[in-house]
Amino acid sequence: MTQALLREIIDYANRADPYPLYEELRKTPVSHDGDGPYVVSTYYEIRSLLHDPRISSDARNLKATGDDPLGQSADEEGADLPPSFLRLDPPDHDRLRRITNRPFGPPHAPRRVHDMRAELHGLVDGLIDGIGTSGTLDRVDLVDQFAYPFPVSVICRLLGVPREDEPRFHVWADTLAASLDPDPDGDPGQRAKSMTDTRMELGMYLAGLIEERRKNPGDDMLSQLATSDGPDGAMTTMEALSTSALLLIAGHETTVNLITNGMLTLLRHPDVLQRLREDPALSVPIVEELLRYEPPVQLVPQRSTLCDIEVAGVSIPKGASLWLVLASGNRDPKRFENPDRFDPDRKDNQHLGLGSGIHSCFGAPLARQEAQLALSALARRLDNPRLLEDPPPYRQNAVLRGPRHLPIACDGILPKAA
Amino acid sequence: MTTAGAHDGALEHLKREGRIVIVGASLAGLRAAETMREKGFAGSLTLIGDEPHEPYDRPPLSKQVLLGNAVADHTTLPRRRAIDADWRLGVPATGLDMAARRVRLGNGDEVEYDRLLIATGVRARPWPNAEEASLDGVFVLRTRDDAVGLQRALTDSPRRVVVIGAGFTGSEIASACRERGLNVTVAERGSAPLVGALGGVIGEVAAEMHREHEVDLRTGVMVTALEGDPSGRVRAAHLSDGATVEADVVVVSLGAQRNTEWLAGSGLGAGPRGIACDAGCRAFDVRGIVTDDIYVAGDVARSPHALFGYQFLSLEHWGNAVAQADTAAHNMLSVSADRRPHLWVPAFWSSQFGVNIKSVGVPPMGTEIMITQGSPAERRFAAVYGYQGRVIAAVTFDNCRWLPFYEHQIESTAPFPPPFSTVDRRPEGNKPVPADFPDPSVPTHGPTITLSGYSPADRKMTFTPGR
Ligand SMILES: Cc1cc2nc3c(=O)[nH]c(=O)nc-3n(C[C@H](O)[C@H](O)[C@H](O)COP(=O)(O)OP(=O)(O)OC[C@H]3O[C@@H](n4cnc5c(N)ncnc54)[C@H](O)[C@@H]3O)c2cc1C
Repeated sequence: MTQALLREIIDYANRADPYPLYEELRKTPVSHDGDGPYVVSTYYEIRSLLHDPRISSDARNLKATGDDPLGQSADEEGADLPPSFLRLDPPDHDRLRRITNRPFGPPHAPRRVHDMRAELHGLVDGLIDGIGTSGTLDRVDLVDQFAYPFPVSVICRLLGVPREDEPRFHVWADTLAASLDPDPDGDPGQRAKSMTDTRMELGMYLAGLIEERRKNPGDDMLSQLATSDGPDGAMTTMEALSTSALLLIAGHETTVNLITNGMLTLLRHPDVLQRLREDPALSVPIVEELLRYEPPVQLVPQRSTLCDIEVAGVSIPKGASLWLVLASGNRDPKRFENPDRFDPDRKDNQHLGLGSGIHSCFGAPLARQEAQLALSALARRLDNPRLLEDPPPYRQNAVLRGPRHLPIACDGILPKAA
Repeated sequence: MTTAGAHDGALEHLKREGRIVIVGASLAGLRAAETMREKGFAGSLTLIGDEPHEPYDRPPLSKQVLLGNAVADHTTLPRRRAIDADWRLGVPATGLDMAARRVRLGNGDEVEYDRLLIATGVRARPWPNAEEASLDGVFVLRTRDDAVGLQRALTDSPRRVVVIGAGFTGSEIASACRERGLNVTVAERGSAPLVGALGGVIGEVAAEMHREHEVDLRTGVMVTALEGDPSGRVRAAHLSDGATVEADVVVVSLGAQRNTEWLAGSGLGAGPRGIACDAGCRAFDVRGIVTDDIYVAGDVARSPHALFGYQFLSLEHWGNAVAQADTAAHNMLSVSADRRPHLWVPAFWSSQFGVNIKSVGVPPMGTEIMITQGSPAERRFAAVYGYQGRVIAAVTFDNCRWLPFYEHQIESTAPFPPPFSTVDRRPEGNKPVPADFPDPSVPTHGPTITLSGYSPADRKMTFTPGR
């Protein structure tokens, strides 16, 4: 029964609105069937597991993958690179995350994200101008024309990928993001090969860049990862490679969905869209509420137990696979009043959209700023935007969930603020 | 039925046009006021505070402010909502008439109340020799004005600072001095910094942190006298081991005293250990009978905690002040059946020498300690304290994201030593060792937590109004 429910959640037919299924799932906070994973769906249970040191993120602690419908995502980074810190436990996780954080956030780089604001503004306005000059406004795909190119450009800037290489980067990012899409109709052998090729190419490219930055360091993150010399020492080249690949993938696919889900939700709630148009500051609580209401990462399928534990009366054995359904916890009525209501005025909005605990989203400050700027600019500059398809076509993936296209129409593009 | 109805009527009347007075206009006082308004209290609200400032936040005073990263005047507490109160700032409450329900003020005014909340907190324990304490360059650190003075003195490039007492505040001050490149000597009567609060095992880690950062740490010694120059400036501190340390600035960091003197003779159960109250924040009178119109919250309160054997806990913790104020405010406006106990699990944080230290539970109750994650040598670990076979507290150094787990362990009286494996378990984390708290009869600087007594229901209480 629960396994059937899981299948339904993964079933593409339910991608556009998985929330009724989550509601069903929450009736059993920890569900398990046969060889499948233990699926945790309620807010407090998920949150406590995210802080539980008996839970591991390291795939090596998984006893048997069993009948894991998303098993392939467990090694999304492939065998060619060592696991990124996302798939490591302390102390290795802590060390790599700390080194990565030095050039990115407080206390050593408190201004990095903030100082990107002007640049982000420029990117956003440039892309919106581009929509205006692309010809027809009767059918604009907000994903291809805006939500997708924006974060990739941002991550290129952040890492210090030269402008002229950006187009190649886009292609790699595209291919790797598609790898997260289990495509039932594609040729698996073909896909695997193109994936490996892409990883190799990206790896070689990054390795070259890192080598060059070691000699001529700049102010970008790649330079700083390549030459890190804080109290934690330096990263090996392989570590720097897997870390920058992680930043590339995690750093944009999630943001694409956050922005796209955001615009979709706003178009479905015109009153909120209107308020945002008048008050850009509202983008802050709007993005928080989006992270609760339509989180880009719907579930974390990569945890396992280091020993037997008990959760909500269910004993989970050592080595079991755990799925933490963040998006379900975010709509748990035991934690949030009227959880199915999109309400940017919500107080005490401690959602799970960015995770919690030591693996909580590394790029959160950047993702928040990107989404806030993007949504407030779109709200201000699109004249009379309308949704052309509701629901829009979704990507296959149930983990990183979001529309593949967001077709809209509008009457014009308003000039950017002076 | 009729009684309940009458009760409800009284409560409705109180909410509509009652008079609530809060003495102590700081963290607990402000938060309680906000909660009362949130709960629909429409009557008159008076906040009495002896400091001239609007409520401000103290934790930054020994951290960001001393580092010069924040200005003391900018630590005003954010308001969660308008409270429409009658503020009496810069004037102390000097007496309480419980029968007439009246608070006397230092300027001769009297304020009547239907419900009174006492949140007068604590003050820094002064240097015992008044003449030495008044020398120029001798400081305590409790108030915003203290912080302004001390920060100014540190900016004048003193040749050396002496900190007396290595509790949390003393250690934070030493840390700030080092970060500013100042020479600093710390004198601590106990065997290590933080021993009173976290025990000897963690104290040793703290001691190494001091030494690594080139603090001149002297443990097992007392400062016996402060010496001034002819112009009345402090010049040196004399230690019990015969040493003399020359210094231009001395910070006395010897713990705190509860602000209860103004209640002497009032009949309220208020003394040097604070004001005893029940778990619902209602104050006891000297006879051990709970009052129904006087409530207490924050550093000045001492309340029984079911999770810790009903011991009366006084906590000088920011989070406790907020939570207790909330509970007190709720209960002041509720009929007895709707009242809530203050069941906050003690939690504390500090930041020193670049390390974020957090604890939950009541470490000084622990007899054993076990490092469960990470490594003290790396200054990055989690440790749990055991008491009679259960987990009673936990502390983390730069590892606080795991703390909610340990808090749950404490709440659910999980067994000690913990029988499970965790991520980042090192070889040294496989067995418990004695937690090594000092004998309570030998005073250190005064721990942040004091425990005493058991359930008022099964103990006879004797009341000593003063020392
Ligand atoms: C330097 C410093 C650093 C700290 N750092 C931390 C930390 O890192 N983490 C943490 O958890 N806690 C920390 N604390 C403790 C925390 O600030 C206190 O727990 C909190 O302020 C308690 O709030 P309160 O309202 O109960 O008492 P207080 O803040 O002490 O307020 C009581 C107020 O009542 C006034 N008052 C006293 N007597 C009278 C009277 N008779 N009439 C009128 N008014 C009166 C006082 O002047 C004061 O303004 C720190 C404290 C200090 C001083």
